[in-house]
Amino acid sequence: MIDLLGITKTYTTGAQSLQVLKGVDLAVETGELVAIMGSSGSGKSTLLNILGLLDGYDEGMYRLDGKNMAKLTERRAAELRREMLGFVFQSFNLIGFKSAAENVALPLYYQKVPRKERLRRSHELLERVGLLEWADHLPSQMSGGQKQRVAIARALAAQPRVILADEPTGALDSATSEEVMSLLKELNGDGMTMVVVTHEAEIAAECQRTIRLRDGLVESGAHV
Amino acid sequence: MRWWERDPWLELAQVLLRNPFRTLLSSLGVGWGLFMILITVGASNGLEEGVKADMGNRVKNSAFLWGESTSLPYKGYARGRDIELTTMDVAFLEENATTLEAVAPRNQLGGWRGGNNVTHGLKSAACGVYGDMPVYKDIDPIVIMEGRYINERDLEDRRKVAVIGKRVRQLLFDREEQVLGSHIQIQGVTFTVVGVYRSQQTGEDAEESENSIFTPYTTFNHAFHMGDRVGWLSLLIREDVPGDTAVAEVLRLLKAQKSVHPDDPRGFGHWSMAEMHEEMTTVFSAFRWVSFVFGGLALFAGVIGIMNIMLITIKERTRELGVRRALGATPANIVVQIMVETLTLTVLAGLVGGILGVATLEALDAFLTASEDNGIFRHPHVTLDVLLTALGTMTVLGAFAGVLPALRALRVEPVEALRT
Repeated sequence: MIDLLGITKTYTTGAQSLQVLKGVDLAVETGELVAIMGSSGSGKSTLLNILGLLDGYDEGMYRLDGKNMAKLTERRAAELRREMLGFVFQSFNLIGFKSAAENVALPLYYQKVPRKERLRRSHELLERVGLLEWADHLPSQMSGGQKQRVAIARALAAQPRVILADEPTGALDSATSEEVMSLLKELNGDGMTMVVVTHEAEIAAECQRTIRLRDGLVESGAHV
Repeated sequence: MRWWERDPWLELAQVLLRNPFRTLLSSLGVGWGLFMILITVGASNGLEEGVKADMGNRVKNSAFLWGESTSLPYKGYARGRDIELTTMDVAFLEENATTLEAVAPRNQLGGWRGGNNVTHGLKSAACGVYGDMPVYKDIDPIVIMEGRYINERDLEDRRKVAVIGKRVRQLLFDREEQVLGSHIQIQGVTFTVVGVYRSQQTGEDAEESENSIFTPYTTFNHAFHMGDRVGWLSLLIREDVPGDTAVAEVLRLLKAQKSVHPDDPRGFGHWSMAEMHEEMTTVFSAFRWVSFVFGGLALFAGVIGIMNIMLITIKERTRELGVRRALGATPANIVVQIMVETLTLTVLAGLVGGILGVATLEALDAFLTASEDNGIFRHPHVTLDVLLTALGTMTVLGAFAGVLPALRALRVEPVEALRT
């Protein structure tokens, strides 16, 4: 599903330039649940940005579902994001003035799915994550675990090929973390490919494989 | 954006109502700007109506022409010769002028603040006395209150009849006295009163106009020994001919007839209602433009306010915009969203200001009508095209205000969503 070969990325600020990724090789197979671990400064955020088509890379090759992701325009990147990728964020990033159902339906809005269909699907997904009765609540009326479940439902809305989760349990206590992880595992069990970025060993332990990143290079677990 | 869909509008309402007080305050400027445009334009329209009504709705296509001394020698005549119009010239113009509806010679006796020249019984008054043709009524419309105006028979028979103004009646007659058929003496000549009129003008002009007496032209010239002299000519210009064209033709004809040098700027004096009217129209349209420009500046300031608040909300919504981008919103989606938000805010505010402006003008108009105030300010209003221009200007300014926030929103990158 995901193939990275010799990916490099350098950030230049003024006269200083910092090579964050120094030639990353890794592969994620369809249906896998993979953790990416690394200390801060290891380049895991940058890697996630590149995997999520939120940022470009300098050299190397990135193939997502067999398609080359080189030199995308902003517009094309946006299209690919909404068709192929679902995001789960550490701080949930629900839109505060929209209800749970509207938040879940948002990616479908950008896919130009008609409103009725959109709301039908968002209710389906909320049922799936066990929050149907919370459909009309605003995020501010929900607990952290509930918000993250809404965010997961939103990530699923566009029927993506891969879900990218950035520290999905980073803002949750251990009991709710467990809840969220089992939901992610359940979705993986249904065949969804998932990449979870984390710095917690317990979370990584729940994944099938852990890719360790260190100083901009993959240290271990690059392939199955 | 697909405008017929509910969601963009729902979303818009959510965004605008998130901080209703701030939305209200920032849109106040635009509402106020539009309100000001309508009020000032409406007021200048009211002033125009008032001033034009004050002129008595006198026929726009009339002109007056008289003889003066020449300033160029011509055909053996020296300069400084006094040109005097006669009844022959009237006939000549009637025959040859193509731009005129009617030509009416006039003569005058006495005048404003002149000595007492009219008596009735023991009462006397100082009035303007005119020798007139029946057609003059079409040139300076007056309203006959009692009796009739001068007619052709009066002229043919040189009848000693007079049509007196309201004011003359007040000065010469008792309140209950029978006016029609009674006699007055004008410089010792007895006339029978056949009509009383009032003016369509207002104020001082009306008072002066109503202090006049009209007599048949022929009677006047005979009774007061004018021979065939004509004081001045009243011209009624054809509706389809511009005022200055007609005056030019008449001058050309008369100069030839009276042996005045064609290039002589003097020889004849003239004054035309049409020119006066055109001048006034120009002045008032300048008024309207000034109102519009100043109101437009107020509107502009309001729009800057909206732009400012939009820039602030973009700052606040950085994460939201980043998330939208991450979820697949294209740059175009974001630009459209911000533009529509700005435009909607502007247009809503402007519509409220516009409605209040029109309502205020209507109320003022109703009040003035009810109080029957005949001052120089009446019937304030705005025409539909002014309203549409104001709304159009506002929309253009609103679109302009959206550009900067939209560009700012575009600079929000999708990675913003991942910042913690």
